[in-house]
Amino acid sequence: MMGTESFEQSAERALADDQLRKNFAFAMGSFIMKRKAVFSDAAETEQLRARGQAIKQRALSRLPELLEELEANCARNGIRVHWAETPAVANRIVLDIVNAHSATGVIKGKSMVSEEMHLNAYLAAHGVEPIETDLGEFIIQLNGETPSHIIVPAIHKNKSQIAHIFHEKLPGTPYTEEVTELNAIARRTLRRRFYEAAVGVSGVNFAVAETGTLCLVENEGNGRMCTTLPAVHIAVMGLEKVVEKLEDLPPLLRLLTGSATGQLVTTYVNLITSPRRPGEKDGPQEVHLVILDNGRSRIYADPQLRQTLQCVRCGTCLNHCPVYTRIGGHAYGFVYPGPIGKILNPQVEGLEKAAPLITASSLCGACEEVCPVKIPITALLRRLRDESYSRAPTSAVPGHGCRSSLAERLAWQGWVLVNTRPWLNRMMNAVLGAIGDFLPPVGPLERWMRFREEPKFAGRSLHRRLKKEGVADE
Amino acid sequence: MGRWLGRTTTGFRQRGRIDMTPESPKPSRVYFFGTCLIDSFYPEAGLAAIRLIEREGVRVIFPRGQSCCGQPAYNSGFPEEARTVARRQIRAFHEEIPIVVPSGSCAGMMKHHYPTLFAGAAEQAEAERFAARVFEWSEFMVRVLGVRLEDRGQPLKITWHTSCHALREMRVIEDSKSLIRQLSNVELVELERERECCGFGGTFAVKHPAISGAMVYDKVEDILATGAPRVIAGDCGCLLNITGAIAHRELPVSGQHLAEFIWERIHDGD
Repeated sequence: MMGTESFEQSAERALADDQLRKNFAFAMGSFIMKRKAVFSDAAETEQLRARGQAIKQRALSRLPELLEELEANCARNGIRVHWAETPAVANRIVLDIVNAHSATGVIKGKSMVSEEMHLNAYLAAHGVEPIETDLGEFIIQLNGETPSHIIVPAIHKNKSQIAHIFHEKLPGTPYTEEVTELNAIARRTLRRRFYEAAVGVSGVNFAVAETGTLCLVENEGNGRMCTTLPAVHIAVMGLEKVVEKLEDLPPLLRLLTGSATGQLVTTYVNLITSPRRPGEKDGPQEVHLVILDNGRSRIYADPQLRQTLQCVRCGTCLNHCPVYTRIGGHAYGFVYPGPIGKILNPQVEGLEKAAPLITASSLCGACEEVCPVKIPITALLRRLRDESYSRAPTSAVPGHGCRSSLAERLAWQGWVLVNTRPWLNRMMNAVLGAIGDFLPPVGPLERWMRFREEPKFAGRSLHRRLKKEGVADE
Repeated sequence: MGRWLGRTTTGFRQRGRIDMTPESPKPSRVYFFGTCLIDSFYPEAGLAAIRLIEREGVRVIFPRGQSCCGQPAYNSGFPEEARTVARRQIRAFHEEIPIVVPSGSCAGMMKHHYPTLFAGAAEQAEAERFAARVFEWSEFMVRVLGVRLEDRGQPLKITWHTSCHALREMRVIEDSKSLIRQLSNVELVELERERECCGFGGTFAVKHPAISGAMVYDKVEDILATGAPRVIAGDCGCLLNITGAIAHRELPVSGQHLAEFIWERIHDGD
């Protein structure tokens, strides 16, 4: 995404962009307020989160059999199920379906899994035009960008930036900052595309194994059009989206929409259980479900890491993260930004590539405090930090041990020595108390001092003071 | 002292208003864990915290074999090194009496993470018993000692910064603020974004200096907006970070640990 730029460089560039920081601070602040308003009763919210966590954990505990049950019930309903171990296989499946209908383009509802597959680039490379129909996705597609947030993909843009994009990228569009007019421009442009398209692609929020139902929530109606107007609907989902029963949906939907946008319910809640049946007046002739693994079954195999798969992709951890709200989504350089991205990307793409993400957290815990399914994000970050140094063959994450360095190990062993030998500890404190102010500003101290003054060592440590004062030792 | 053992903090947390009546019997002796940052950078805060406990008629024991809770290694991907250091603390604080810690972060490590750190190890049961005895300092002052403070200082406006672990792990922010509110001449102006991290995060501050720097500068802006000339905190990691940034920008605001501040207020003019 950012080419060869390192995470730290992208972050610094984002931090230097005042407009970007203002856009994020404003938008995230408003999402936090909206969420707070719908989850105002703390005890009730706690109960609901515990329920959401229990539903997802119950589903994950039976994941293999639920996926088979989902496949069987979808098949009975006339939905064709395809399994894809990798994004490459998933892309091929989608392209084959598109080609079978001689379609030259597809209309798309918002889907993070399709981002994970880099489906748009793949289709375009094979002569099929992908058209994003979610307003945010439409904006960033026009501008050749990727989503900066998993729920509100163009949140890094403000009104006037969007006005410029429409004016420059849509021929014959006059410049306007009127929000209703900007909406109307997008609607006019997309309406024609909806009528023409032969294939619609969407994501899935929850797939119900019991009934073979695909649940999709949205606010713009574009999702409903993508899944009902074209003759063919292709839904793509990660394999963790399956839940056991239809009655699991109401609490999950309440948690998802409340956490994501602060809504009690979204404008559209689509429950798709079959293609058009004889006698029905609308709906696609064919419905396909592509189920993507892409490392998820490996994550599933580890009981602690498995909790990552509880995620319902509400994005509230991004909204509440002090790092995300300052650097925005693009700086991460991965499909999934923010706290969920910090734990998911390294497990999917490997630690060699994603290691900088796992240290980019103060472990403040703001994310897990609001996570609707109570994913222990800080514990998982610690686990991934452990894995990044671990050369043990039992380590579960690809690229484990990639950060292992003799220098760092020696530094920590020195730390152990100082903190397990009282005489050494006393000596260190005495020495630093005497010369601490004259330490050369290099390494970690130099990085500390870019924004702060040097810490001032006390002349005499608490240990020494208390010994002198005669405070009891035993 | 068996009453200390099975106690969990959750029962304490279901509250709206703070009831100042002590919830546990007052022990005759307690351990004090000074924390490595107080030891090296803020010994006055440690001394004040100890004196304020002793003032309530409780004897304070400071085991000389103590050092660091182990959190730096635990959070940085070195659990084995963290265990080695944590084991030392468990041994140094072996007697079954409360352990009072003047830091929400170190207390959170010892209370909520030691059981995880030693899960499945030989010391598991010992670590769990140890964890059950840990109190954050202001929590202990309010919940166990039911301390009453008489403010003898001049009128002063201050603001309060909570550490994330005092807020989310130890959940003692109301205890700390209730101590400040007992000081009749002190006006507490709360931060607009009180729940947001200051950007310290241990090694995070030096591994991602630009992000951490942006966070602490925003925190400093929030502090400046209160108009208070002093920021009080219960954690010296946050204090090092925040006062370091304030000094770097040469701003007329000082920072102080809560215990040292209270000690100063109740003795002013003596």
